[in-house]
Amino acid sequence: MDLNLLKRRGPDEWHISPRGKMRVPGVIYATESLIRDMDEKVYEQVTNVATLPGIVQASYAMPDAHWGYGFPIGGVAAFDPDLGGVVSAGGVGFDISCGVRALRTGLTVEDLQPVKEQLAEALFHRIPAGVGSRGKVHLDRQEMDAMLAGGARWAVGKGHGLQEDLELIEEEGCMAGAKPECVSDYAKKRQQDEMGTLGSGNHYLEVQQVVQVFDVAVASIFGFREGDIVVSIHCGSRGLGHQIGTEFLKRMVVSAARYHIDLPDRELACAPINSEVGQEYLGAMRAAINCALANREIVTHLVRQVFADLLPQAMLSLLYDVSHNTCKVEEHVIDGIPTRLFVHRKGATRAFGPGHPDVPLSLRAVGQPVLIGGTMGTASYVLVGTQESMSLAFGSACHGAGRSMSRHQATRQWHGRDVVRELAARGILIRSPSFRGVAEEAPGAYKDVCEVVDAAERAKLARKVARLEPLICVKG
Amino acid sequence: MSYAGANVESPMQPNWEHFPHQADMGVRGIGPTKEAAFEGAALAVTAVITDLAEVIPTQPVTMACDAPDDELLLVDWLNALVYEMATRRMLFSRFNVRFNDHSLHATAWGEPIEVARHQPAVEVKGATYTELSVKRDEEGRWIAQCVVDV
Repeated sequence: MDLNLLKRRGPDEWHISPRGKMRVPGVIYATESLIRDMDEKVYEQVTNVATLPGIVQASYAMPDAHWGYGFPIGGVAAFDPDLGGVVSAGGVGFDISCGVRALRTGLTVEDLQPVKEQLAEALFHRIPAGVGSRGKVHLDRQEMDAMLAGGARWAVGKGHGLQEDLELIEEEGCMAGAKPECVSDYAKKRQQDEMGTLGSGNHYLEVQQVVQVFDVAVASIFGFREGDIVVSIHCGSRGLGHQIGTEFLKRMVVSAARYHIDLPDRELACAPINSEVGQEYLGAMRAAINCALANREIVTHLVRQVFADLLPQAMLSLLYDVSHNTCKVEEHVIDGIPTRLFVHRKGATRAFGPGHPDVPLSLRAVGQPVLIGGTMGTASYVLVGTQESMSLAFGSACHGAGRSMSRHQATRQWHGRDVVRELAARGILIRSPSFRGVAEEAPGAYKDVCEVVDAAERAKLARKVARLEPLICVKG
Repeated sequence: MSYAGANVESPMQPNWEHFPHQADMGVRGIGPTKEAAFEGAALAVTAVITDLAEVIPTQPVTMACDAPDDELLLVDWLNALVYEMATRRMLFSRFNVRFNDHSLHATAWGEPIEVARHQPAVEVKGATYTELSVKRDEEGRWIAQCVVDV
């Protein structure tokens, strides 16, 4: 991106002054180096989002921002319904509530080493992943609606999880305001056999080691220390979320003119929050959030079973579960006044600071865990939300490294077999049904997650707590 | 840059290409008719997932959709295909598309997914409005394209 398009307001804060139809400025949090590498589309999309009705404060982009659908990936924007604010299917995305959860295991790498290969094989064979995979939990119509209303809470009630997990999931595992009746039969049919499946692409299940702790005090509250083994799960609302995104994107594109919304980009398809389409979308989107929360809970249950068989001394306890790709109703202070806003985070993570009532009691003193996924060959990070973040981007941070090249480019540069072999030589076991899929996800195809996380910390969006490195990575 | 799956033996058969998108994949169908371009775009979708040559087109599935204009119709068509792939657990490698004003009827031929043989690289979540275009080029060929989310 051309730096001349931006005004630098701080070491890692760049502004786009309102021009044309922009109602608010654009704000990008990133280092100069990340800005230079950012594609120009991010600028276009940040400014497009800034034109939407009812937007408040600014149109934000996180350090890992890149070209998305309407909103940039790494985009954050909040809307006030009392100002004619909109809800955007494009601003949430297709994989509604895609997210990450991290589980402590109580193990060290010495415990893992003797059974590492067997563990990799068992996770690969017993956690359904990839195209054509079938979940182990099949839902009839009634159970589908119960799941969409109950989320992870439903899963626990059915024996697919633990009660103590719930308070460590956003929304305590159940998104209020979900309306299964707003979810189409097509979406439900698409989900029938997909509960407890990992998906494919950049989704993963990783067994990781805590290799570095940056904040010992917070890590202690989070319940881990250097040398510990953790498990991370990255997946979303599967076919149901995708279908809801598809259907409402079209409905909102078609209805935009009726609501006198001038869409600079069809992918920004949106509707007034206080409209029939807007309310139906919110009901369906919240149901999809529940689907994602239930899905990650079921996958966790399956992972616990695998560990119980191979490492019976392990106790997999949930650190936290975060979601990207959501629109949540939150209260934020705007010009000194607490204001109810609809906050869109597209490829961005909620990062509430210390003392926030939505952070679980056991963690509230330090702030919300923020889980940042890296690549299968680099690292992931645990961060913690900051007090400053609440006034920077509605308590938001980045979500991952972001791609630096297209999938096709990646397959021209790497062969999947070579990637698997090279990572195995470094002690990282990769399991995937497709070598081409591995090549597309090669570590080199992604931006430097360390730079992204450092930029988030420098901008005070979140603070580093620990660095995790993969030992086993299962891909769909 | 684009990556061709041209059928050079039969120029009347649909051609397809992929074009780059940072996180996902662009699919493009090219043909002498709009129908052929839509068929080509569908082939490009399958090629995102697997090697087209591995998909045996034995079982037919019919689909229908309608939309206010050609571009929205392309997205609907590809999303109908994604839906059938997901719910039937099938892959398709041959298509026949017919238009009637702004509605489309199609038959797709394919087979159930066999993970070991097809080695699906990635799941297509849906067709998007990004880089969406249905038009004729200077040579009179129909081009139908969009980015699919994977």
